[in-house]
Amino acid sequence: MLKIKNLESGYGRSKALKKITMHVGRGEIVTIIGANGAGKTTLLNTISGLISAWSGEVIFDNQNSIGIAPEKMIFMGCALVPEGRQVFAAMTVKENLILGACVKYIKDKKYNSQKDIERIYEILPILKDRQNQLAGTLSGGEQQMLAIARAMMSNPKFIMMDEPSMGLAPLIVRDIFNIIKRLREEGTTILLVEQNAKMALGIADRGYVIETGRIIIQGLSDELLTNKDVQRAYLGRDLDSEIKI
Amino acid sequence: MLWEPKFESMERDELEQLQLEKLQATLNRVYMNVPFYHKRFDELGIDIDSIGSIDDIRKLPFTTKDDLRQNYPYGLFAVPLREVVRIHASSGTTGLSTVVGYTKNDIRNWSNLIARILTAGGITKDDVVQISFNYGLFTGGFGHHYGAERIGASVIPISSGNTNRQIKIMQDFRTTALICTPSYAMLIADTIREMGMNINSLCLKYGLFGGEPWSEAMRNDIQDKLKIVATDNYGLSEVMGPGVAGECLERNGLHINEDHFIVEVINPHTLEPLPLGEIGELVITTLTKEAFPVIRFRTRDLTKLTLERCSCGRKFMKMSRVMGRTDDMLIIKGVNVFPSQIEHVLINIENVSPHYQIIVKREGAIDAMEIQVEMSENIFSDEMKVLERLNKHIEQKIKEVLGISCRVKLVEPKSLQRSEGKAKRVVDLRKI
Repeated sequence: MLKIKNLESGYGRSKALKKITMHVGRGEIVTIIGANGAGKTTLLNTISGLISAWSGEVIFDNQNSIGIAPEKMIFMGCALVPEGRQVFAAMTVKENLILGACVKYIKDKKYNSQKDIERIYEILPILKDRQNQLAGTLSGGEQQMLAIARAMMSNPKFIMMDEPSMGLAPLIVRDIFNIIKRLREEGTTILLVEQNAKMALGIADRGYVIETGRIIIQGLSDELLTNKDVQRAYLGRDLDSEIKI
Repeated sequence: MLWEPKFESMERDELEQLQLEKLQATLNRVYMNVPFYHKRFDELGIDIDSIGSIDDIRKLPFTTKDDLRQNYPYGLFAVPLREVVRIHASSGTTGLSTVVGYTKNDIRNWSNLIARILTAGGITKDDVVQISFNYGLFTGGFGHHYGAERIGASVIPISSGNTNRQIKIMQDFRTTALICTPSYAMLIADTIREMGMNINSLCLKYGLFGGEPWSEAMRNDIQDKLKIVATDNYGLSEVMGPGVAGECLERNGLHINEDHFIVEVINPHTLEPLPLGEIGELVITTLTKEAFPVIRFRTRDLTKLTLERCSCGRKFMKMSRVMGRTDDMLIIKGVNVFPSQIEHVLINIENVSPHYQIIVKREGAIDAMEIQVEMSENIFSDEMKVLERLNKHIEQKIKEVLGISCRVKLVEPKSLQRSEGKAKRVVDLRKI
């Protein structure tokens, strides 16, 4: 689905990604974990075209996608659920969803979003209850669900999610992760950026650990969960205190 | 049967993507965690960010056994010792031993790679596997043990030695697969014969042999005597132990576990990479090892690589059986000559045995090579013409393979000296 080779990008003169090579297979959930400022968001933004790549290759669905505008990426079936949700606060839930389907309106003048909205309501009934409420008045968890739902409205084959658990209560985080699992079961390929490494590795098939713009560890989720560096840095396990006798 | 078809039959472009991902992550980690590599890369002005393809690996320096010795015991570990769950070491007969470590994940990967090789060699969970490799610091015993358990086979961890007891257990426990060095398998086979035991009273079906170079003739011999299918496998403790490569039942080369190792073959003198199919020294870079990653480790083992499709379904590159050590290589008239090449020619010629001796002399300023070859016992013709023709035929075949001419001298069967351990194949009379 997605194949990246030696991707480099950054802001101004500072390089934030250094020779990133990774891939996401069809139907997989792949997670990228790393501390703040490691380059996770930069990576997603570069893939989606929001930031331009300095060098390297990004092959999305067998097409070179370097230099393709972000809105074109959505046409190609690649959607982004941005960090901090970024819902349109002054619009209603339903309007947010309709906006999510804008590529479909462009493709087909006669398109009617009602059917797709109903499907979303079925998966996320809470959004149906809130459909006429302004998005800005929703709770953090509801906003996150709306952000995911908005991305789903374009029927993407590939969704990238940037820290969907950020700032949410554990119970809500569980709901969000259940939605991600469900998306995968329905055939969507997912690239998940998370600081909550334990949850992310719990649902992902594979993961990459990124540190100061470089991938330092990659492997199956099980392997990463037992990797001591991952445990120390990202799973909050205090190995130093454990070995004191 | 394939143990992990998803990887073992991976398409080349997918594999290369995976290798590059793992190579870059490994380089980032060794540069961060191993002072030896950090210093060496800095000294040579190597920017690890410049490694953007598998071929770029050529920009990196080699690691040798000496580097391992100089960092004895733990200097090249990439994780703190408390994360290491196993330590193995080489015997150290030729100096300081080299020490290698494994994390939990390393042991898991290792078991899995051995499971692939055992599966390729015919072993399934229904087999009773007798592991007659030495258990201890040497990687052979434990490496195979964990892999056989992973498959679910019934493992007999008998270790090496006490051949009579090995045979008794083999019979009583109904062993179906034997795992050891080829020379030990030979000894077991000969002992069975000496004991006058009927080979059909054993249940042996498969033999997986490794740990030392052996020839096709020896394989045929072992297969005949033990009535088994014998496959070759390859590994070395500095890189992981067994599990690097192993033959499938086609028995025409060892599939390399390329999703865990990048292999190259280089000219041992110029250190230049050689194209596929050419004989040279095998160089290995590990891609998944956590505790003891090695970058471009020079194995000193001679082999050649091929990407030919294998009917077993595995798509990994194959290496030929190890043809010897770089230390055995001769340079005659400027041409690299490996005794195993000559052995290979002889195996394919009727009426001679693969027992030979190479004598290198200097006649004036020119190197001359004489090869003494034992005739096999079933040649009865002492007609000069027939022997002369055979002689010419061998000389010609060797010239075709080596590119240099030599003198062949046929000798009586069993007239060349036999040795207990390694046969002395080369007598170099040149005083250089």
